[in-house]
Amino acid sequence: MTVLLIAEHDNASLKEATHKALSAAAKVGGDIHVLVAGYQAAAAAEHAAKLTGVTRVLHIDAAELERPLAEPMAANIVALAADYDHIVAPATNNGKNYMPRVAAMLDVMQVSEVSDVKAADIFVRLIYAGNAVQTVQATDAKKVITVRIASFPPASETGNAVVGRKEAVADPGLSSYVGETISRSDLPELTSAKVVISGGRGMQSGENFKLLEAVARKLNAAVGASRAAVDAGFVSNDYQVGQTGKVVAPELYIAVGISGAIQHLAGMKDSKIIAAINNDQDAPIFQVADFGLVADLFEALPQLEKAL
Amino acid sequence: MKILVAVKRVVDFNVAIRVKADGSGVDIGNAKMSMNPFDEIGVEEAVRLKEAGKATEVVVVSIGPAQVQETLRTALAMGADRAILVKHEDYVEPLGVAKVLKEVVTAEKPDIVILGKQAIDDDCNQTGQMLAALLGWPQGTFASKIDIEESTLTVVREADGGLQTVRLRMPTIVTTDLRLNEPRYASLPNIMKAKKKPCDEMTPADYGVDVKPRLKLIKTEEPSKRQAGVKVCSASELAAKLKETGAIR
Repeated sequence: MTVLLIAEHDNASLKEATHKALSAAAKVGGDIHVLVAGYQAAAAAEHAAKLTGVTRVLHIDAAELERPLAEPMAANIVALAADYDHIVAPATNNGKNYMPRVAAMLDVMQVSEVSDVKAADIFVRLIYAGNAVQTVQATDAKKVITVRIASFPPASETGNAVVGRKEAVADPGLSSYVGETISRSDLPELTSAKVVISGGRGMQSGENFKLLEAVARKLNAAVGASRAAVDAGFVSNDYQVGQTGKVVAPELYIAVGISGAIQHLAGMKDSKIIAAINNDQDAPIFQVADFGLVADLFEALPQLEKAL
Repeated sequence: MKILVAVKRVVDFNVAIRVKADGSGVDIGNAKMSMNPFDEIGVEEAVRLKEAGKATEVVVVSIGPAQVQETLRTALAMGADRAILVKHEDYVEPLGVAKVLKEVVTAEKPDIVILGKQAIDDDCNQTGQMLAALLGWPQGTFASKIDIEESTLTVVREADGGLQTVRLRMPTIVTTDLRLNEPRYASLPNIMKAKKKPCDEMTPADYGVDVKPRLKLIKTEEPSKRQAGVKVCSASELAAKLKETGAIR
């Protein structure tokens, strides 16, 4: 049995999501090969060779793979699929984009956002915004799986796998990359930060998120938000922590002015330590918080910043 | 320009669901049902394109039991022109839904198909991508803005850490994210008008599609609960407690 793990990378190095998805792939059992599909991505392929437990790295280099557009990514993965029983990718924005396309091209029902692997064909996943946990058996011959990265520890880098080049398949020519705008470059990325501080509707405005950012700078933390704060237009959607946003599991999660709607809790309740600041002592967030502070956040946040 | 929007009837997002004691699934009993919120955004976008003179017809389609007709009526009240109900009593997985939709697309020949990025019941986030794969079309997933030009669609996508813009050849698939628009509430006169709009009924068998599930459900459980911790009295005490845990220095 052989697993093909699709690496998440920026052409220079791997993203930690790959290390976490590898931990899920290792639970499946068998040999693990890693696909690094990118452009001038030799460094990322060398990085993948160091992953513990990986026996082979497949490196595909093509201009259209510089950013992982779903159409060429899926075409390249499907071209390799015959040799593999499992195809695994992290449930990042990219993985969520191309993997169902791969699954349908192979006539396989994908298992999305797996939070545990019970056997080579039995997987655990959350449904209803985390209100229920489902265990399913995949009956298709091939398994196509995305991994909820917050649920797995990162694999280490003690390996020394062989890197082999593969030719890219022809670009389907359906899509092209135009550009991107990256937000928040000076603070860590939400899904990989060790500390996350998030604001909710209680923040009252986007301007007030500066109070969170001040604390975040002290802690080298990422800033997140509840869906209510995104819906209210305080911050953009990529800040959203929750079942339909980003799922995070940092060492420390600080929820500020967040009531704790179930869909938000689904996105952060695997955090090691949760702290909450809210002026409503009955807010559901306190039911999951290790440390709760009932206070006006506009007073508490500057005090917290000073005390850190 | 014709737009097809796929919608799903799900338990309303405000309803707290219960896991059945025997582990066989989720008890939705008489729970309030609504259109999947991301699909509502899809209907809204299509109707806006029609109102802007860019689309000529908006067709909505859904797969499910007879009650799904209510969901389709909601879409019609929002401004869609006609509906197709593909009747099936049991749960259909995204792959099965995509296969049915492929046949609907072949019959209807839309230029754009809009779907919600994810249904809030099974949280799969697959159907749009799968439909794109089956049709050999491009996919603009997690869209927060779309622009139609001649024969291409420019899609601003929600990506990890920012926004990505892609240009797609039409016909194409779009899946919606939260910021694409804010869906309207249907007005009473429009709800009345929607009752007279046409709704065709089909079955997966009419399209020659096998929708048998590929995943076997073993069990459904309650998620593990976290215990509430302690309350602190001040921000400085909170900082001290957090330092004690070693989570921060």
